[in-house]
Amino acid sequence: MSSPTPEGLLDEALRRVGQAPNARALDEVRVRYLGKKGSLTGLLKQLGSLPPEQRREAGQAVNRCKQSLEQAIAEREGVLERAALEARLEDERIDVTLPGRMHQPGGPHPVSRALERILAIFNQLGFAVATGPEVEDDYHNFGALNFPEHHPARAMHDTFYLPNGDLLRTHTSPVQIRVMKERPPPVRIVAPGRVFRSDSDQTHTPQFHQVEGLLVDRDVTFADLKGLLADFVNAFFEDDLEMRLRPSYFPFTEPSAEVDVRWRDPDGTPGHWLEVLGCGMVHPNVLVNCGIDPQEYTGYAFGLGVERFAMLRYKVNDLRLFFENDLNFLRQFR
Amino acid sequence: MKISYRWLTEWVKTDLSAEQAAERFTLAGLEVDDLASVAPPLDGVVVGEIIAVEAHPDADRLRVCRVSGDSEERTIVCGAPNARIGLKAPLATLGTTLPGGLKIKPAKLRGVRSEGMLCSEPELGLGEDAAGLMELPEDAPTGKPLAAFLGLDDHVLEIDLTPNRADCLSVRGLARELAALTRGSLSVPDMPEVEALIDDHLDIELLSPEDCPRYIGRIIRDVDVHAETPLWMVEALRRSGIRSLGPIVDVTNYVLLELGQPMHAFDLARINDGIRVRRPEQGERMTLLDGREVELDEDMVLIADHQGPLALGGIMGGEGSAVGDSTRDILLESAWFNPASIIGRSRRLGLATESAHRFERGVDPQLQRLAAERATALIIEIAGGKPGPLLEANDEEFLPVNPEVQLRVDRLNRVLGADLDSETVHDILERLDMRVEADGSGVFRVIAPSARHDIEIEEDLIEEVARVYGYDRLPSRRPGGGLSIRIPGEGELPETALRHQLCARGFQEIMTWSFVSEQDLARLDLLEGAQPLANPLSRDLAILRTSLLPGLLQTAGANLRRQHDSFRLFELGECFSQGESGLVETSRLGLLMTGAIRAEHFSGKPRPVDFFDLKGEIEHLISLNQVPGEVRFEPVSMPWLHPGQAAELMMGESSIGWLGQLHPALVADLDWPQSAFVAEINTLSIRRKRLPEFSPLWRFPAVRRDLSLLVEETIPAASLVEEIRDLGGEALKNCIIFDQYQGPGVEKGFRSLSIGLIIREVSRTLRDQEVEALTAKVVEGLEKRFNAKLRG
Repeated sequence: MSSPTPEGLLDEALRRVGQAPNARALDEVRVRYLGKKGSLTGLLKQLGSLPPEQRREAGQAVNRCKQSLEQAIAEREGVLERAALEARLEDERIDVTLPGRMHQPGGPHPVSRALERILAIFNQLGFAVATGPEVEDDYHNFGALNFPEHHPARAMHDTFYLPNGDLLRTHTSPVQIRVMKERPPPVRIVAPGRVFRSDSDQTHTPQFHQVEGLLVDRDVTFADLKGLLADFVNAFFEDDLEMRLRPSYFPFTEPSAEVDVRWRDPDGTPGHWLEVLGCGMVHPNVLVNCGIDPQEYTGYAFGLGVERFAMLRYKVNDLRLFFENDLNFLRQFR
Repeated sequence: MKISYRWLTEWVKTDLSAEQAAERFTLAGLEVDDLASVAPPLDGVVVGEIIAVEAHPDADRLRVCRVSGDSEERTIVCGAPNARIGLKAPLATLGTTLPGGLKIKPAKLRGVRSEGMLCSEPELGLGEDAAGLMELPEDAPTGKPLAAFLGLDDHVLEIDLTPNRADCLSVRGLARELAALTRGSLSVPDMPEVEALIDDHLDIELLSPEDCPRYIGRIIRDVDVHAETPLWMVEALRRSGIRSLGPIVDVTNYVLLELGQPMHAFDLARINDGIRVRRPEQGERMTLLDGREVELDEDMVLIADHQGPLALGGIMGGEGSAVGDSTRDILLESAWFNPASIIGRSRRLGLATESAHRFERGVDPQLQRLAAERATALIIEIAGGKPGPLLEANDEEFLPVNPEVQLRVDRLNRVLGADLDSETVHDILERLDMRVEADGSGVFRVIAPSARHDIEIEEDLIEEVARVYGYDRLPSRRPGGGLSIRIPGEGELPETALRHQLCARGFQEIMTWSFVSEQDLARLDLLEGAQPLANPLSRDLAILRTSLLPGLLQTAGANLRRQHDSFRLFELGECFSQGESGLVETSRLGLLMTGAIRAEHFSGKPRPVDFFDLKGEIEHLISLNQVPGEVRFEPVSMPWLHPGQAAELMMGESSIGWLGQLHPALVADLDWPQSAFVAEINTLSIRRKRLPEFSPLWRFPAVRRDLSLLVEETIPAASLVEEIRDLGGEALKNCIIFDQYQGPGVEKGFRSLSIGLIIREVSRTLRDQEVEALTAKVVEGLEKRFNAKLRG
């Protein structure tokens, strides 16, 4: 029986490589032909028994076949690996339309949201934020702001008192006094905060939030106040709304005005006037109370209700919702 | 104040419609809240006259009337009980649509043809008396359109006056204002002095002249208190919201509205000897017109006679001295009270009268005589009677006089940012009835009319000029110039940063009441230092909150009841408590977490939140301010927290907050289906921020050594970590607790803590022996300090 030729073994091996279904079967082929006891390896061992003139040629033939087989195995390995990877990836397929693993998102209170927007606008206009206490004394809340001792203007502020005569501030205007007493003009501040009035019905809550603005400097005029407020209102509402100032009365400003904005009807046309702000030129008595010479300096002040702006901006129709803290309500303002 | 526009136009010539006038008033600072027609349109309704009445042949309760109206007589079937021959009543002619929508058509009522309808008040929208036909005066002209006859083509202006404009609380004041605004001319009705027909006197003593420096009285004898008030007066009063109550009271009310002078009429028979205007004596009492007996305070003003109180001056009359059905002779009062003597008193008594409203704000001190003459003339015209002379008591020293105020035109322009000339300014001042002296150099010396009390300084005049000139016509200047940089320092974490961090971590911001009930605080044992309000709105809102916890619990409870089962809440707000040096106000942050750690998911049920979730959130917040390790968490006991799951936040030696699980007993008491984790932190403590400062980067690899230590379970992990950091020094980059174990293999009362040490050196790679040495130092130190043993 003659021994097998390397070419014959190669053909046979290549057939097996081509049929190997996986890495293990492929390895078996490698061992069978190329292993220590493999049949191609065996042929190399038999070379010594050949006549010397044939050895060289036969050896080269065996080595060629070995290389061809090694290459074929490597290629087959690559094919099998790719196939295995594809199979694994197919196994790992998921339904990407299923929902993600989510946290319930949080959000700011709508009043905070409006307040942050208001403050951002005034910050851009160069107003720094100032704050003061919520429990105030009569002097800062009324006296220094030129509210006479017995005056109907005091009765208009339904005030919460403490037994010692102190009170819950009825507006953020006391911050004006604290700031002006603390530093000389120019003063350019906004004072946000919670204020209190002992009043509770559909359109009043016993607490609400105000932003008070104050600018004191040389040559500050009513014209500056008008221009500032027009820019502010349009920036806040992202609109170009008609605005008007109506004469009014606040003890701490003179002249005083209330600011109306011409609200748009649903079709976008100008509709009714809505009151949004109170303002005026700082009353000389207030400046004097803070040690500022009213002949040298003038100033303007304005105050706005944050809830009112939030209601208009986000179309909230009931003030009381702000303090009910129903999550179904609050989550609408993320 | 509500006033008929037609009445106003009797005083001032103007072409303005009511709408236009309302707009002018509003833009001049007299805000018109409402403008309403006094009646619905009544086209087709005329004055009808019943000239014959017969019984209906087929209906007992109906009658067949012959009625004349605008054209020929017609037959009208009518069921009203007051239908009678000669009665004048509103007739709705065929084709008329009544305010309620009813259209008048020819109809057959039980076989009798009816051509129109006689109307009652409610059918015309003119009143509430539905008992029968509306009865018109006998002299009403038959056939005249009803609206024209009653003057119903009129509007009522409802004006919301600011407290400084008391001068406009009358037709006279509003007319002056409108004339000034529109350059219209005033046509003041003739009000001549009334000649005395009798000579009756009465003593008037001003015993408290600073309260009441002017008191004018007049006796009128033989008045007919049953006389009928004329329709024009009843209508005028009605349009201002005042009911007709008999001729004498109607006249005083009419003069109040017309001139702005509150007046009073006494039954002369009830006055003993004379009038004394004085302060009440201690404990003095009287019964007011509304029937209430009140104890008088010593700072009130009393109109008394020689025996006792007659009226509460400037506020309300007394029951005993009031004009009644049997009154024949009266004393008319027209006085001036100092606002400071009236203000607040009526509020104290729970009264809100037209009189007090005006005297509190200030009545024209020169008006009393005119008002007395006007009222006398009207009373005599309506109710007859014989007037006596005016009885006057005055103390000029206490009557206010308006000061002279200087107005500089350049100052005015400097404040307004405008460029008004002297002529314009002068013109406006004169239109306002100011007495003006000009010096030709742009400086005016001005005295306001006696009705105005609000012109005391230059700025008051600047406002007057600006207001009449028109705020809308004044210039406006866009912001710019004078800008300076305003940016908060980096040493403070802005509140918005805290807010947005929390929102991003799934917390929903809430805003709760700053007031709580005593019960809210008592339940949580938080009453200590609580500050009650002197005048709370209700018992539920009676005390300033000492903590944000009650609000958080109230909000969480309400939302659990609304079927929310997992949520995170926070509030930023002020809390108040009494300290040794008075009330202390602190800004706090309150947190609450309840329910599942995250939203429900198909992959598995999310676990419930626990203590360490909330603690982690707080650690996140603290990490924002770049001060790691500065805040310590120490076990604590708080009445509202689970005793084993409560920690206090310490910064140095001071407590800056707490966190923990709600006490199960409290959860049961609240009747909640689940527990919650809550915290409260002083906001300012965690808003202090350190400016970042570069430290060299470690370019060489770090080495990790893990230790498993057996320690007594009572030793806090934080103490171990603190000790390890001390022992490790600079080279110890971090120290991580990665496992905790108790159970088989660990003796009871002990626990095993596995700690990873991350060791590094900035400038070079560590040698093995250095790492071992450091690790050994740590182990040794822990053993010495805590008796910790390395586990196998």
